[in-house]
Amino acid sequence: MMPVLGYWFGIAWLDAILRLAVIAGVMTVVVIFLTYAERKVIARVQQRLGPTRTGPAGLLQGVADALKLVLKEDLRPTTADRWVFELAPFMVFVPVFLTFVAVPFTRDLGVRFLSLGLFYIVAVSSLNIVGFIMAGWGSDNKYALLGGVRAAAQMISYEVPLVLTVLGVAMVASSLDIRVITERQDVVPYIVWQPLAFVVFIIAGLAEMNRTPFDIPVAESEVVGGPTVEYSGIRWSFFQLAEYSSLFVLSALGADLFLGGYIWPFGSNPPGWLQLILILVKTSFMILMIFWVRATFPRLRIDQLMSYCWKVLIPVTVAQLFFNGLVLVYRWPDILLLVFSGALLVGATAATAVAVRRAARRPRDAQAVRDRRLQYARGA
Amino acid sequence: MSSLFANWVAVLFGSIIGTLLVAVALVGNRLLAPRDPGRMKGTSYECGMLPIGRAEGNIHVRYYLFAILFLLFDVEAAFLFPWAVVFRSIGAFAFWEMTLFLAILMGGLAYAWKKGVLRWS
Repeated sequence: MMPVLGYWFGIAWLDAILRLAVIAGVMTVVVIFLTYAERKVIARVQQRLGPTRTGPAGLLQGVADALKLVLKEDLRPTTADRWVFELAPFMVFVPVFLTFVAVPFTRDLGVRFLSLGLFYIVAVSSLNIVGFIMAGWGSDNKYALLGGVRAAAQMISYEVPLVLTVLGVAMVASSLDIRVITERQDVVPYIVWQPLAFVVFIIAGLAEMNRTPFDIPVAESEVVGGPTVEYSGIRWSFFQLAEYSSLFVLSALGADLFLGGYIWPFGSNPPGWLQLILILVKTSFMILMIFWVRATFPRLRIDQLMSYCWKVLIPVTVAQLFFNGLVLVYRWPDILLLVFSGALLVGATAATAVAVRRAARRPRDAQAVRDRRLQYARGA
Repeated sequence: MSSLFANWVAVLFGSIIGTLLVAVALVGNRLLAPRDPGRMKGTSYECGMLPIGRAEGNIHVRYYLFAILFLLFDVEAAFLFPWAVVFRSIGAFAFWEMTLFLAILMGGLAYAWKKGVLRWS
């Protein structure tokens, strides 16, 4: 383990390059095995075996896929907008890579511990929306264009509840430094004080990554893969790499913000190896939960997911900010944070359930009802 | 060397290394992969048929409405971040000030909701 404020070789910029190189390597390996793990987990949920042929228990499947992608011919439609098309993978991948800069994995392990870390991650991670629009527009493909604008609409909408939930945590911790937020959770992790924030964080995170059940922008059966239709081989693999790296970052961030990161439940200063194990276990828990969601839930329609965001998530997260402020500013007991947040979570769930049930009872649209009434009236 | 420089130089190099990562992979692909462009390979995919027209249609107005709403909330979020850190040390005044601000914003959302902006179809 390195000393807390020490830089490798004592030179800040060299240290930054080396740490980023390590992150780049680790990230690639993690993503290769995450794709394998996802296929395996979903296969087991659906009572299949998943990959078994490449290496022992199919462990090398991800490596084989990566090799195939590098060796595949790179195609670009002749009518595509060349530079927009070619720069889109950069624009999608680089912001995700940049988020790694501010995520603390243990007390000493991370690239940098920014005092504005949370703000930085939220700001940078929203940049890759531009990449999806570029991919959609530049491909000169109708499916890609439709997928691109849908991705943009969905990602900007779910950005708002995501920001408001991490703000809730920042209010309780009075800091934007992720390491400080984590270390305030040595006794009680923030999932206890802010259950609503945790749930909304996962939901909005799924939508930000275009994952099931919010995968309408990249749905194969509807827009044949969305913005990435025309991308093949190595270019396509950067969209994939970006998705799985952001899955990893989001899980690590969720573990740091809500589950007590590398601290809880072993007091304020567990040994370094234990911190690493804690963060790995919690991150894996988050990742497995997200895989589980993908294996279980059906896809939402775009009108459903947009109105869910604007009519349910945003009002309840704003309400949570208000109640957090009330409790914190008047120094009411902390337990009230849990009471308000939990009540809002129950209320939001109940409201959603009622709305879904009412929508299920209501016929598709009013015109169909009128047509049917007309048919009855004619005696058909 | 200030810690400000030490911290943000990592962000600078992060963007450079991230870009290089993609560029190197693209060059590697150029060297390793076969290249055999053909006329049909260069058409964009449209269910296996020849594409009809260009994909440069108009985008429905509802996307813009959501984008405008998002802008309001995003500006508000940028305003909330510093507030969330310091409001406890300022006290009740800062809290009620921000509550008023949020109330006006939610009033706007309610108005948009009532006007049917949030209805997708």
